[in-house]
Amino acid sequence: MTDTPETKPFEPTIIGFTCNWCSYRAADMAGISRMKYAPNIRLIRLMCSGRLDPTFVFKAFADGADGVLTSGCHPGDCHYVNQNYKTMRRYYLMRRVLAQMGIEPERLKLLWASASEGQIFADEVNKFVEEVRALGPLNWNADLRAQNADGNGSSILLDQLSTEEVST
Amino acid sequence: MSKPKFAMYWAASCGGCEIAVLNIHEKILDVDANFEVVFWPVAMDAKYKDVEEMEDDSILLTLFNGGIRNDENEHIAKLLRRKSKIMVAFGSCACEGCIPGLANFSAIEDVVDTAFSTISTDNPENLRPQPSYDMPEGTIHIPTLYPVLKTLDQVVDVDYYMPGCPPESHQIAAVIDLVIEVLQGKAELPPKGATIGAGNSTVCDECGRKRDVKTIKEFGRIQLIHADPELCLLEQGIPCNGPATRSGCNALCPSAGAQCIGCYGPAEGVLDYGARLVAAFGSVIDSDNPEEINRILDGLVDPAGQFYRFNLAGSLLRAAKPAWKPGEYIGR
Repeated sequence: MTDTPETKPFEPTIIGFTCNWCSYRAADMAGISRMKYAPNIRLIRLMCSGRLDPTFVFKAFADGADGVLTSGCHPGDCHYVNQNYKTMRRYYLMRRVLAQMGIEPERLKLLWASASEGQIFADEVNKFVEEVRALGPLNWNADLRAQNADGNGSSILLDQLSTEEVST
Repeated sequence: MSKPKFAMYWAASCGGCEIAVLNIHEKILDVDANFEVVFWPVAMDAKYKDVEEMEDDSILLTLFNGGIRNDENEHIAKLLRRKSKIMVAFGSCACEGCIPGLANFSAIEDVVDTAFSTISTDNPENLRPQPSYDMPEGTIHIPTLYPVLKTLDQVVDVDYYMPGCPPESHQIAAVIDLVIEVLQGKAELPPKGATIGAGNSTVCDECGRKRDVKTIKEFGRIQLIHADPELCLLEQGIPCNGPATRSGCNALCPSAGAQCIGCYGPAEGVLDYGARLVAAFGSVIDSDNPEEINRILDGLVDPAGQFYRFNLAGSLLRAAKPAWKPGEYIGR
């Protein structure tokens, strides 16, 4: 994902989690309004930011993401009353754990965006991509992932995922 | 008819698993009655070459405890895998890295420094173990350390997992009974990859403490809190790992007044143990204000150590950044 640094500028891979009711619609708004923003982000829609199992974040980093965006409705506006507050608490706790693992906590971003805030969503994604670009590639488990991709031995992480569902 | 063969090995471990096996008391006689012990360094004299000379698949059951810390561990893991029909990752070290896996928070140089250069070590010449050394009689070798400790299933194929630090003796006895019943044709083996000798639920499920208030304003260390003996420890602000930890110990620690530290590993369906605890701990914090949330989180002095005490090597990230050495990682 982040190979050939000599020939191409580093393009960070960002995984973005959005909630069905606000931030995904903000992204949708950005799209239908033809706003341009960095294509580095891959959005995954969840029903609620509270659905974001921290496992998703750790797995994204373990499998090669350079940054993870988690986004939801503004505090007080959650479609499920107060679940985004849980996200907020987990976000601060995750940042502490990531820092101890040697992953810059800035690689994890929390963004509140309402359905009408397409511009804010696009601007914040752009900003985040540049922040992560400045931090450089994370390349977690790079050797291990390369080895798995080569097909030398079976993939431990992939094996795990095919047999184990991430459940809450 | 000759008896089926049994082996047990220790890699990077403390030896507690061996004690736990001996701790099954007279049940050990059933092991002897039903198995021929062919290799068990802690209990009998045997050489690696004896194992090398055995036929492939000739050992019925191997209990492998300990993580993979060096090339000797990996060599024996692969050797025993080849010689064994059933390979069990026995105990937390083999399953998920356990305490030796905590070294994955640090660069290997720092691990070696801690062992050979701290103030409590008498090493005036600052000697370091060398993987090979030339003597007049020839070159001698010791095993080479790996930068990152691996779990058994990161090196070889594992048939069953038996968690616990160490596995509880009554669970070991139950597994031995099961294997003997299988030998007698009275029972069937569980599906490959199953966790045996443990429950499928969480420690909370077995814990007798009352759950009452759901949220907390403060985390505290257990030695500084006069804990209510009846109430859930987490709800009293004591970081208890019960919500993510596999059942099987009968909630031993919480019933004795201490928090669960997670030695039975991730509960069924939990892919990353620490992530599950982040979710659980995040849920009980009673605040919607970022500043207050951070103040409450300050009470968790070492979150990664708390969440990955037994599970770092088996977690999704597997090791902290300083431990990874590009190009030096040896997978299976």
